[in-house]
Amino acid sequence: MIEWANTIIQGILTGGLYAMFATGLAIIFGVMRLVNISHGDLIVLAAFVAMVVIETTGVNPFVSMIAVLPVMFVFGYFLQRGILNYTVGDDLLPPLLVTFGLSIVIQNVLLEVFTADSQRLKAGALEIQSLQLTEGLSIGVFPLIIFVTAVVMIIGLQQLFNYTRLGRAFRATSDDAVTAQLMGINHKHIFGLAMGLALVLVGIAGVLMAIRTNFDPSIGPSRLLYAFEAVIMGGLGSLWGTLLGGIILGVAQNIGAKIDPGWQILAGHVAFLIVLVFRPNGLFPRTRDD
Amino acid sequence: MSLLEIENLTAFYGDFQALFGISLSIDKGETVAAIGANGAGKSTFLRSITGLVQSDADKFLYKGETLKGKAACDIVGLGIAMVPEGRRLFPSLSVEENLIIGGYNQRPGNWTLERVYKMFPKLFERKDVAGTALSGGEQQMVAIGRALMSNPDVLLCDELSLGLAPIIIKDIYDALPSIKAEGISILVVEQDINQALAIADRVYCFQEGRISLSGKPDDLSKDQIAAAYFGR
Ligand SMILES: Nc1ncnc2c1ncn2[C@@H]1O[C@H](COP(=O)(O)OP(=O)(O)OP(=O)(O)O)[C@@H](O)[C@H]1O
Ligand SMILES: [Mg+2]
Repeated sequence: MIEWANTIIQGILTGGLYAMFATGLAIIFGVMRLVNISHGDLIVLAAFVAMVVIETTGVNPFVSMIAVLPVMFVFGYFLQRGILNYTVGDDLLPPLLVTFGLSIVIQNVLLEVFTADSQRLKAGALEIQSLQLTEGLSIGVFPLIIFVTAVVMIIGLQQLFNYTRLGRAFRATSDDAVTAQLMGINHKHIFGLAMGLALVLVGIAGVLMAIRTNFDPSIGPSRLLYAFEAVIMGGLGSLWGTLLGGIILGVAQNIGAKIDPGWQILAGHVAFLIVLVFRPNGLFPRTRDD
Repeated sequence: MSLLEIENLTAFYGDFQALFGISLSIDKGETVAAIGANGAGKSTFLRSITGLVQSDADKFLYKGETLKGKAACDIVGLGIAMVPEGRRLFPSLSVEENLIIGGYNQRPGNWTLERVYKMFPKLFERKDVAGTALSGGEQQMVAIGRALMSNPDVLLCDELSLGLAPIIIKDIYDALPSIKAEGISILVVEQDINQALAIADRVYCFQEGRISLSGKPDDLSKDQIAAAYFGR
């Protein structure tokens, strides 16, 4: 019994990481109607950027974010303004194709520069510390940090979107980029900022992932898939839905792995399908149609 | 010198020419009406002024400076605000947020939320609901308030009466004199000729992308207007 409780708690905490992958994806889609196929590879890219920062300066992974996050922001902004802005419009296909191409480019560049070797960022003792809840039930400190970070991230994003000038501009541009221009909003700039913001989230997620698990240039697409599943299960109506989607995925994977280690990934996908069968629009659907 | 002075403006959608040499001017504090049938090019003309449609002109001056090549998002900062056809409120924004975002450019002036609510008290009662949850007339009020929040010198209004009941149209048009009293120049586009003639100092009639008639309402006969509006 206690073993199952452990499994589920681990799953919930893993879900925090998936939700973190997913928030960036949800924001990119929400603001720009852009399905970013390269999302997973950008997560891996962030991990490698952190690795370089750590190797050159010797700082720990958390501190490396001081450099990684601005780099990701600037990269996102110019990626959007230099390339992706030319692809967004009524048709969803062009951005899909271009970000698919970007995915392949990022993977190959990483492979060329860093080889296919498996990497890991080291955060010292923190990685193995755990909190004893009751007899036999304990949670890892680091997974807990990830989960709390995901929750803080979502609260922060909601505050930003609901209560700030920039947040209103994001929503207005997402609703109607043409009319937004009549308000003096430069939609190209706003899109750039949205992508920059999304890549900051990607940066945080990438560094935390790289402390938690091994990574190499090829793992991007599977992270994209987890992020996708979390977003779709969540239903695009609320970032809390995205968190819940991530949790469902994480719990299902851990339960699957407990039954048979080979079932971990499959169990997540099955849970995804089951949710969609019962809630085709996800758990928190968007209330308005557009 | 006119506030807005346009000579021989042409505009295209791809290969399709929508405007053929429009000349029009607006003085400070003046209310000008542009009337014309469906597809005459009235909205295209307003979109050209706000930079949403690419256009070319011999003269395209606002306060003596050219608007040519200006990005749409920079026009409102110069003091030209538009109430677009179909209101186009932002569905994700509440009524109040729709008004606030009208002032996004932070152009100095004295329009505030309080003043807009004073002009349209109904909006205050419903300030926290989604803009698009309002009735058509109330949405039009939000769209006007949103434009005013940018502290404009010129207000472009595209078919304020579209789809509204006559009694609501009257409410909306009753607001225009107080806006005019602020010294704001107004360009109203209308299919409703009587409404337009009642408030305008001068009127232009659009027909198939050209101006077929212009003048002061009192100087124009009903027949002249009908001919210019519907074609011969
Ligand atoms: N986005 C567009 N693409 C192609 N053609 C367009 C577009 N918008 C308008 N047109 C065409 O340009 C011409 C002028 O249209 P416009 O909308 O300016 O007319 P209007 O006078 O505002 O009409 P209405 O009274 O119906 O609003 C029409 O022939 C119309 O079909
Ligand atoms: Mg029109």
